[in-house]
Amino acid sequence: MKEITYLEAIREALDEEMARDPSVFILGEDVGVYGGAFRVTEGFYEKYGEWRVLDTPLSESGFTGAAIGAALVGMRPVAEMQFADFISCAFDQLVNVAAKNHYRWGAATPIVVRAPYGGNIHGGAFHSQCIEGFFYNVPGLKIVAPATAYDAKGLLKAAIRDNDPVIYCEHKYLYRRIKDQIPEEDYIVPIGKARIAIEGSDVSIITYGAMVHTATEAAKVLKGSGVSCEIIDLRTILPLDKKSIMNSVKKTNKVVILHEQTKTGGVGAEVSALISENCFDYLDGPIIRIAAPDTPVPYSAQMEEVFIPQPKEVINAVEKLMRY
Amino acid sequence: MDIKREDLLQLYYYLKLTRRFEDRISSLYHQGKILGGAWTSNGTEAVSVGYGYALERNDIAAPYFRDMGVFLIRGITAKRIMAQYFGKKTGVTGGKEGNVHIGDINFGVIGFPSHLADNYPVGTGAALAFKMRGEKRVAVACTGDGGTSRGDFHEAMNFAAVRKLPIVFICNNNQYAYSTPLRLQMTIKNVAERALAYDMPSKTVDGNNVVEIYKAAKEAYEVARNGGGPTFIECKTMRMHGHSEHDSAKYVPRELLEEWKKKDPILNMEKYLLENTIARKEDMEGIELRVKKEIEEAEAFAEESPYPEPDDGLKGLYATPIEEV
Ligand SMILES: Cc1ncc(C[n+]2csc(CCOP(=O)(O)OP(=O)(O)O)c2C)c(N)n1
Repeated sequence: MKEITYLEAIREALDEEMARDPSVFILGEDVGVYGGAFRVTEGFYEKYGEWRVLDTPLSESGFTGAAIGAALVGMRPVAEMQFADFISCAFDQLVNVAAKNHYRWGAATPIVVRAPYGGNIHGGAFHSQCIEGFFYNVPGLKIVAPATAYDAKGLLKAAIRDNDPVIYCEHKYLYRRIKDQIPEEDYIVPIGKARIAIEGSDVSIITYGAMVHTATEAAKVLKGSGVSCEIIDLRTILPLDKKSIMNSVKKTNKVVILHEQTKTGGVGAEVSALISENCFDYLDGPIIRIAAPDTPVPYSAQMEEVFIPQPKEVINAVEKLMRY
Repeated sequence: MDIKREDLLQLYYYLKLTRRFEDRISSLYHQGKILGGAWTSNGTEAVSVGYGYALERNDIAAPYFRDMGVFLIRGITAKRIMAQYFGKKTGVTGGKEGNVHIGDINFGVIGFPSHLADNYPVGTGAALAFKMRGEKRVAVACTGDGGTSRGDFHEAMNFAAVRKLPIVFICNNNQYAYSTPLRLQMTIKNVAERALAYDMPSKTVDGNNVVEIYKAAKEAYEVARNGGGPTFIECKTMRMHGHSEHDSAKYVPRELLEEWKKKDPILNMEKYLLENTIARKEDMEGIELRVKKEIEEAEAFAEESPYPEPDDGLKGLYATPIEEV
């Protein structure tokens, strides 16, 4: 075992997959000589050369389309969005080409799009967004969002080996803030499987990404007042691991859904509907959603704190549910 | 560049096949036998036939919707395409897709996504893979004049030029994008001028002369194959039907159509073959008969083919499926 950060976990996954499989390559803006805006690919250019760590022109649609084309003829490209926010420029290629290739004409499109996303870093409206909602209504894509260094590595490896287009949401706030013990040997975390981050019996907090840590803080406080929270870390948000969600709800009968993404039409709305449709009889109270308000991400620290869900909100929601 | 007699006859055969096949699709459409819409390349067939025929077996095409010649030349048969138009299980996409939304990677044809110019970056990516792997293969991508106004067109041209990728970009400049004439699409005289911005070699060719297009494409492929980078080829032609078969194209001046009718790519080729004593009238009649038979067989095949199971539409979303619980 060894201890590495979330960012190092991403770097290791990329490095090991590139060493293992010559069809894996990286493309994006400033990923080569510079090593990426967040230095994820630092040293790769020297190790793998300019054709496997390809600095592209500033053109998200162009290089995402190129990743798709390369994948169609046998490569496994990993495209880096400098910030997830810029993925909007590649929306068409992802939604109309990558996501539909296999369904429409049977061609696999094994691409990974790395999307450094999320707020709490004072990035403002264009460097803080959660982008998963943009793609949530697009059959054919897979979306993962690791919360731990262990999962960051295992999910990225799984994404690279997967034959479908995967949007890999890596939370910028977690890059250097969290560390995990991870095994020395090769492992993957399967796409489509949630995990129980903390086992509990009174209430299920269903979440993903950086909010897993917010939920964990809340759960610690709640434990002090005798409330046992179960935290479900979705890990894959498209498609959802319905079984894990339902098993937890059937056990605790109370649900809080927590995400950093804005509320309307978000992942939480889908999880909530899924529970209502399948577990209505098991519920002892209303499903509570905690999410960012429906505004762009504000810059000022005071305002951003209101925007990003805080442990206190989770505690309040759980306490409210415990009265049912 | 010398072209073998047998290749010239094949070019003629594919021109005829494309024309007659699409004519038949148009009739069937007007008879209400086609499930959705119908698009033809009428008047512009020389483009797809010319650049498609110039490809080598291992090359990759990233076409658009007026590229019937490419589909047929690559080996996606008239039978499978007709069945696709009928929404049959035996169609190219098993009923998942209709009409010209065709692709089959086994024949080196990347699926056409409706969104015009999307296949420019996708084709560029295939070329990138060839270059990375040191393979002597080329990609070709095609779009219409309207498609060249999109960002994806420019992003792909720029990327391919910067990295000197083995790709050839074709533009079927048929004067109109649906109802929008060229003068409202761009201010330049030749679409080829767009390539100047990328310092990319370009050529404007007679889009109704299949031999000229074939030669230009072949030359550009060889440059690309040997490390010389991309070329842009503008084929100036005229869309003789409406945007799709439902469109009477009243917005196109009749005189313009009359003028272009005289320059029909098939008549052009017949004249060329006769004048150069490459083929006699009988040879061409023989080809006409062969084409007729092929289309009749395609239609019979499509008619007789089964429909897909309704539930087939629920399958095939992912290449690596995730077990549902
Ligand atoms: C991005 C995009 N916008 C709109 C359309 C709808 N549409 C289909 S064909 C067409 C005109 C295409 O013109 P052009 O690129 O010149 O090709 P042509 O039809 O003339 O061959 C339009 C607007 C589309 N397919 N894609």
